[in-house]
Amino acid sequence: MPDLSTDTGGIRSPNPFWLASAPPANSGAQIQRAFDAGWGGAVWKTLGTPIQNVSSRFGGHTIGGARGAGFNNIELITDRPVEVNLREIAETKKRWPHNPIIVSLMVETREEWREIIKRSTDAGADGLELNFGCPHGMCERGMGSAVGQEPAVNERITSWACEFSTVPVLVKLTPNVSDIVPHGMAAKRGGAHGVSLINTIKSIISVDIDRFVPEPRVGGLSTNGGYCGAAVKPIALHMVAALAREPGFGLPISGIGGVRNWRDAVEFMLLGSSTVQVCTEVMLRGYRVVEDMRDGLEEYMRAKGFARVHDMVGKAVPAFSEWGDLDMNYETVARIDAEKCIGCQLCVAACHDGAHQCIHPQEGSRVPRVDESECVGCNLCQIVCPAPGCITMERVENGYRPATWNDHVSHGAALRPKKGAH
Amino acid sequence: MPAELPAVRSEAAFEDYKLPLSPAQAVVEAGRCLFCHDAPCVTACPTHIDIPQFIRKIANGNDRGAARTILESNILGMSCARVCPVEVLCVGACVYNDLEEPPIQIGKLQRHATDRAFEEGWRFFEAGAPTGRRVALVGGGPASLAAAHELRRLGHACTIFERRGFLGGLNTTGIAPHKMKADRSLTEAEWVLGIGGIEVRTGAEVGRDVPLADLECEFDAVFVGIGLGADTRAALPGEELRGVQGAVAWIERMKLGDAGLADVRSAVVIGGGNTALDAVRELLALGVPQVTMLYRGSEDVMGGYAHEWAAAKDAGARAEWRAVAVAFEGAGALERVRCARTDEARKPIPGTEFTIAADLALVAIGQAKLGVALAGLAGIRVEGGVVRVDADGFTGRPGWYAGGDCANGGKEVVNAAAEGMAAARAIDRELAAGGGTGRKDKNGA
Repeated sequence: MPDLSTDTGGIRSPNPFWLASAPPANSGAQIQRAFDAGWGGAVWKTLGTPIQNVSSRFGGHTIGGARGAGFNNIELITDRPVEVNLREIAETKKRWPHNPIIVSLMVETREEWREIIKRSTDAGADGLELNFGCPHGMCERGMGSAVGQEPAVNERITSWACEFSTVPVLVKLTPNVSDIVPHGMAAKRGGAHGVSLINTIKSIISVDIDRFVPEPRVGGLSTNGGYCGAAVKPIALHMVAALAREPGFGLPISGIGGVRNWRDAVEFMLLGSSTVQVCTEVMLRGYRVVEDMRDGLEEYMRAKGFARVHDMVGKAVPAFSEWGDLDMNYETVARIDAEKCIGCQLCVAACHDGAHQCIHPQEGSRVPRVDESECVGCNLCQIVCPAPGCITMERVENGYRPATWNDHVSHGAALRPKKGAH
Repeated sequence: MPAELPAVRSEAAFEDYKLPLSPAQAVVEAGRCLFCHDAPCVTACPTHIDIPQFIRKIANGNDRGAARTILESNILGMSCARVCPVEVLCVGACVYNDLEEPPIQIGKLQRHATDRAFEEGWRFFEAGAPTGRRVALVGGGPASLAAAHELRRLGHACTIFERRGFLGGLNTTGIAPHKMKADRSLTEAEWVLGIGGIEVRTGAEVGRDVPLADLECEFDAVFVGIGLGADTRAALPGEELRGVQGAVAWIERMKLGDAGLADVRSAVVIGGGNTALDAVRELLALGVPQVTMLYRGSEDVMGGYAHEWAAAKDAGARAEWRAVAVAFEGAGALERVRCARTDEARKPIPGTEFTIAADLALVAIGQAKLGVALAGLAGIRVEGGVVRVDADGFTGRPGWYAGGDCANGGKEVVNAAAEGMAAARAIDRELAAGGGTGRKDKNGA
């Protein structure tokens, strides 16, 4: 049976599924229920000087009927007294000694960091997560993403935390930067044992078109919130992969951003995450979503022959490259299986209006025809086709040897003739 | 217009067999539509409503735009949403059928948008600038209503001649009440007339009260949409017995008054078309304990829709396939129908006779073709009682057009609507080109 246990920067967990620091990890009672349901670990909702929250706090982005496909919030860090949180951390650790509790922290001064870290580790924290990512509210007070966006500040505070802490320190990075790499490197220079990313993305989730107020609406006003949920996964995957492939980085990664199920988790792992953190899917469906996450991951590992989670971590990183390294002479064309085609002709509309005008209706048939001499192999038809397995992208042998753009520029490697250039 | 319907009507007992979608259901169902390119559902619709477009509008919360899209192509879209055999038209063509997923419920979505338009009083169309041309529409059914509305948009004055006291034709008198009741048809007719400028002369039968040829004196063009006539008679011994009736006549009685079923224990419906199936389902729904359909062919060749027969069977209908009535028997009133099995040529086989006890027999073997009324006008060809027309409904006589059952032999409401609209556009083109009947009073009017 595959071994689901993980080690992220020295934080050991029975499985790679952690609750992210967020409303589902707000209290001891919640986290204990989550562990009952099968979650491996939990990042306790950020401790700091307790704040007060507003009504309302959340906004949902419905896409094609999928409610909460995107999600945002303007909630801040914990609004419960620090001592209550610490007491509950201790109680939870007592009941669940083998499930790591990582305590998320956000304070300002060196002394405050020293004190909160001491109290957290005394309460039994297995690790710390420095919240340098929150993009709303706290950043206006000089914390959260205000720290994460400044590598020098990130490095300094990380170094304080590592100095004071007796347990591993993860730095949670904000995606509200143009390039994630300098920020990950700053955390590394500060001595972090790992990073977690991404925090939420600065956003306006929607606008109430009858009231003329953005959402979530607080009376007659709104503010920017943190965007998360399934819709952000592509952004998160890219940032995780950018750090994972960075030479000289090498820190363990806890991946966050739109993980709904085991498939999403596997993608994060293949791009370098040893654990994943989940919030939105739990907010939308509850803790029991973890059952299929664990089950599905185990079945996947069994099918692929991975004995341990770490055997698969980073497997797809070598295949994430620069555009200039792609083989320009690799050629594919779309093929339509007439037996599977249902005649919707979505591919015709997509190709004609959105791609390269090479899929045409045929007289006397609903099955369209691909003009392979014009098809650039863009994939659009396959993406819109609702009939499973109907459109495939087939490799075409064109007699040209592999050649990248970089090869072409540096030593004139021969490129195949352009297609689709009507 | 409109005539008041009697307070007590047997059809009032029926409930809709296809319940309307709730607003939330409509959005979910609309969200399933793939928005096909050159969509098969549009091709399958005789009026070519842009179905993917109106469904997308519902999905995006634009019901008003959806209703406009529907009614732009088919002004009778509200009734068609209820009465169309969508199973063999748009819904039957939905590509989801090939994906083995439930097809989009196009009829129900169309009903959602058009009912909303009626409830909210949305109006989308205005009469065109007056052309000074006048068009007569003979018959007040779906074909004429659709033609008149389109002619008004094009600016022509319209007069509908209707022999009954109300409009709607078979949409009012003949639709199975689980699909639509008479009052809904009258509401729709009034809604169509809301464009203004359509004069309605009810109780006026052209050919009797108004000589056909006189129309050419008053009007630049004539559209004939007179539908079908009385039930074809069985021409069998005993057909004069009390309890032997034409099915179309009985359905009209049931819709507009009392169906007269108080003492009926067993009914036989003769025929295998959709009128027969409607009658069978209606008799069962109104509580007749035993209803038998008698059809001279086998089940697989019946003219009625398979989905309708399946529903009739579910409701408890019996059928005698490959059997014909040979006589109605009884003393004054019908007591039994004498039947015989048929051979391959659908002729009675001697010695195979049997009887079915019955106190009601409805004959649903067709209706008279009324095209013959036009036979006297030079240039108009009538074949088998059906007016011959081209794709625009043109009869061959300048200014004369026909559509609906009198020209297509008996099809759906949606066909009548499409033909009426096509004819209206052709009339407009002909008049613009200086054609037409050569109206006699043109200068004096």
